[in-house]
Amino acid sequence: MDNKTTYQKAWFFVIPVVVLVAFNALIPLMTVVNYSVQETFGNNVFFWEGVKWFEEVLNSERFHASLGRQLIFTGTILAIEVPLGVAIALTMPKKGVWVSVCLVLMAMPLLIPWNVVGAMWNIFALPDIGLLGHSINALGIEYNFTRQPMAAWFTTILMDVWHWTSLVVLLAYAGLNSIPDAYYQAAKIDGAKPWAVFRYIQLPKMKRVLTIAILLRFMDSFMIYTEPFVLTGGGPGNTTTFLSIDLVKVALGQFDLGPAAAMSLIYFLIVLLVSWVFYTLMMKNEGQ
Amino acid sequence: MSEIILKNLRHSYMAEPQDDADWALKQMSVDWSDGGAYALLGPSGCGKTTLLNIISGLLTPTEGEVWFGEEEVSQLPADQRNIAQVFQFPVVYDTMTVYDNLAFPLRNRGIGEAEVDRKVREIADMLDLGETLMTRAAGLTADGKQKISLGRGLVRSDVNVIMFDEPLTVIDPHLKWELRSKLKELHQQIGTTMIYVTHDQTEALTFADQVVVMQEGEVVQIGTPVELFERPQHTFVGHFIGSPGMNVLACEVDQGQPVYGGIPVEMTDKVKADDPSARLEIGIRPEFISFADQGIPVNVEKVSDAGRFSIVETRHGDDVIKLLVPEGGNVPSESTFLKFDPDHTQVYANDWMVSRGSHG
Repeated sequence: MDNKTTYQKAWFFVIPVVVLVAFNALIPLMTVVNYSVQETFGNNVFFWEGVKWFEEVLNSERFHASLGRQLIFTGTILAIEVPLGVAIALTMPKKGVWVSVCLVLMAMPLLIPWNVVGAMWNIFALPDIGLLGHSINALGIEYNFTRQPMAAWFTTILMDVWHWTSLVVLLAYAGLNSIPDAYYQAAKIDGAKPWAVFRYIQLPKMKRVLTIAILLRFMDSFMIYTEPFVLTGGGPGNTTTFLSIDLVKVALGQFDLGPAAAMSLIYFLIVLLVSWVFYTLMMKNEGQ
Repeated sequence: MSEIILKNLRHSYMAEPQDDADWALKQMSVDWSDGGAYALLGPSGCGKTTLLNIISGLLTPTEGEVWFGEEEVSQLPADQRNIAQVFQFPVVYDTMTVYDNLAFPLRNRGIGEAEVDRKVREIADMLDLGETLMTRAAGLTADGKQKISLGRGLVRSDVNVIMFDEPLTVIDPHLKWELRSKLKELHQQIGTTMIYVTHDQTEALTFADQVVVMQEGEVVQIGTPVELFERPQHTFVGHFIGSPGMNVLACEVDQGQPVYGGIPVEMTDKVKADDPSARLEIGIRPEFISFADQGIPVNVEKVSDAGRFSIVETRHGDDVIKLLVPEGGNVPSESTFLKFDPDHTQVYANDWMVSRGSHG
């Protein structure tokens, strides 16, 4: 890289982006940082509190509980949606008229707004008049998602699987379709069984798209708010109160701006850290 | 190992082929002996890959039969045919090491680890992959990956034939030559039948004992490189092989002798054309034309230096006739005469050679 020229004025070209990013991310974020280290009683009067709010949030059982619920929820939906999505993608046709039919059907749930999904499932799962709720009760299983925590979790997870598995399917399908025929032909000649074809050809070739799929599903599900809020409102009790529902309760319900701001930052850093660690690990061997 | 026989093979990708153009592969019968090196040569889209995939079992032919020795294999899938194939783009199992890649076909066939290890090391040595054996296959260069693809065929002792589908496409030019001589060397060493598909005449002619030239799904000639050069059976072979290609000049035939532009052309063979409406042409390679004091009158138009010889473009009426003049040879200026070597002058009717005689 000896012949690389250095031209400091080129930094000016970056200014428009810096300004844009400043207005849509950095400045709003700085107000949160501002709240997180101060106490206010209104009238724009602030008192410096240092890291007090951070300590309070990190030591609060309430935060631990909602973080725990959040981790269980995200872990569960990833464990269901990723294998299920890959399995569906594997069974989809590769060419012909059915390809577009399948793709449109798959894309459908993704086009529905979050709050509509919540409302749909709320009605769908109602024990007395909802198709799902009524059917389960008709089978002799007592089911009421507004009263039973297990039923609420079951419904919330089912709703998320219904809403988002398609995303994994579409990404995995794109990954599968990009594998040249020669790989399958070579595997056939090498006498590979279907499992070996999946393990040594399809899965490695899907690695990049699956990394993206897992990242997107992790981030989205970790920040989920609207759907469970409309479906269960975080209940019964606090059993489906995930991090963002809890955060909104602290910030807007109790109007504790300091702890809410500290919690926001911790929340943000968790998402950032997990995504970064995961991505780095997955891409470790991709540089070659 | 066994010979390969193709009987009345025909293939179409359409469900109900109607006319000639619907057949990707027109009817053909070929007989390849055990242990030979063959090349399928033709331009892109001529059906050579189709033919290869039929032999390997990746495609089932619409009509006809494929025999490996005494056994008909037309309906057998690829994994039961005991063939190996190297593809245009290197196929390696990315997550495995080079060693595991080479061992893969053996392990899939349930061969014991001791035997696998012996075989893998033997082949790795043969292909100069010994040093990279324990590294991940994904990290290798294109030629290394292509060697692995080949190696996965070589490790198996039951292979009838190894097929190559334009295997040097993604290889750097300076490594092409090296890999090609490696192939030739391996063929002599292990003696498995090899079929090499390419659109590059140099690759085909240097690799194969016998070359099958294909055009638009049809086999136009099967012969040794010398036969293809000296006695092209079809004007396409004349054009496609050789650089520059054969001169093809419209002519008439009078009592078995060709007449070009009113001038009788001397020829060792005799023309046996029985279709009076056929389009007749003389075919003569630039290598077999020389300047003379009398013969076909031409004007010299262009001389281009091609190293050891010059390509001279001359004009007779509307026709351009090219000839080769050795380095230092004399090129007359402007108008002169050409002489065709009678031993290497052929006549074609509707593109197929119709001169027969001393050459058989």
